[in-house]
Amino acid sequence: MQYDSKIPIYLQVIDSIKTDIINERIKCGQKLPSSRELAVTYTINPNTAARVYQELEREGVCYTKRGMGTFVTEDEGVIAMLKKEMAEEALDVFLKSISELGISIDEAIELLKQREE
Amino acid sequence: MLESIEVTKKFVGKTAVDGITMQLEPGHIYAMLGPNGSGKTTWMKMAAGLIKPTSGQIRYMGQPISVETKNDIAYMSTEPYFYDWMTVGDVGKYYADFFKDFSMDKYDYLLEKMELLKKLKVKSLSSGMMAKLKVAVTMARDAKVYMLDEPLNGIDLLARDSVMNMILMSADEGKTLLISSHLVEELESVVDKAIFIKNSKFAGIYDVEALRTEDNMSLADKYRQVFSDVDMGGIQ
Repeated sequence: MQYDSKIPIYLQVIDSIKTDIINERIKCGQKLPSSRELAVTYTINPNTAARVYQELEREGVCYTKRGMGTFVTEDEGVIAMLKKEMAEEALDVFLKSISELGISIDEAIELLKQREE
Repeated sequence: MLESIEVTKKFVGKTAVDGITMQLEPGHIYAMLGPNGSGKTTWMKMAAGLIKPTSGQIRYMGQPISVETKNDIAYMSTEPYFYDWMTVGDVGKYYADFFKDFSMDKYDYLLEKMELLKKLKVKSLSSGMMAKLKVAVTMARDAKVYMLDEPLNGIDLLARDSVMNMILMSADEGKTLLISSHLVEELESVVDKAIFIKNSKFAGIYDVEALRTEDNMSLADKYRQVFSDVDMGGIQ
């Protein structure tokens, strides 16, 4: 994975895992790799990997079964929320660029429709 | 765990290391950063017990560096140190003779991951393969401290990724890893602490994620700030 070196790495890895969950590349209730395996897979520091799981747990996306490892939540409501949140973030980025170009929301909608056709 | 107290090393007409005081703890991967000739290699050689400080002391677990500390501190130097007649397999046996903590199983495992064949002659290896071999044989030790001097030098992007993976496979909360490099970008995601050495002196230690979180700065940005004294404003 290519990282933006100015953005905290743990946030970038969290986004990547959330996207995988939303796309069902990682399924509800699935066991996730150990934080050490995660470190090797993503080429990140093991402490960063541990932080990724701490944050995901705090947000209710994952949970730890003692001695068994980390699992994705089985609560589909959480995943639906996740999708909404990430869509909002993508919209924020889009709207910021559009406003920097001096394009109104209506014009932006028109442009999106044209793209659709 | 590894302490450097006012360590100075003078060679004829040159101070290579000038009063370096710092402390390294287990559970972290440290980058040791500085331009060529800033004293990184000299400091590592002192911590490895290969040369002695002119003044000051390096201590491991409270004990001065000695023959005993070599059992716990694995060091990979920049210069190649294998005989031409050796095969990749011989290098493992050579290490197994020298170091009690050398694991042939781990060596075999790392060689397999790196796609290095044991029958290959050392002198026939490309620089990328040589770099992988040096790191593999060092990380196959079950040491407490690993010091790798320029493990990424002169090798292509794919070999660098492999080397980084090997390093990460060996990292855990009980071990201290120290990697010197001037390829700062390559270390961005892997190290969590960065030590700067400037003109033979200690020039700060930083938490790399904190740089990004609090100062909105990459490790490379910090490197430029520390070493060029150039204003970072404007277009970056």
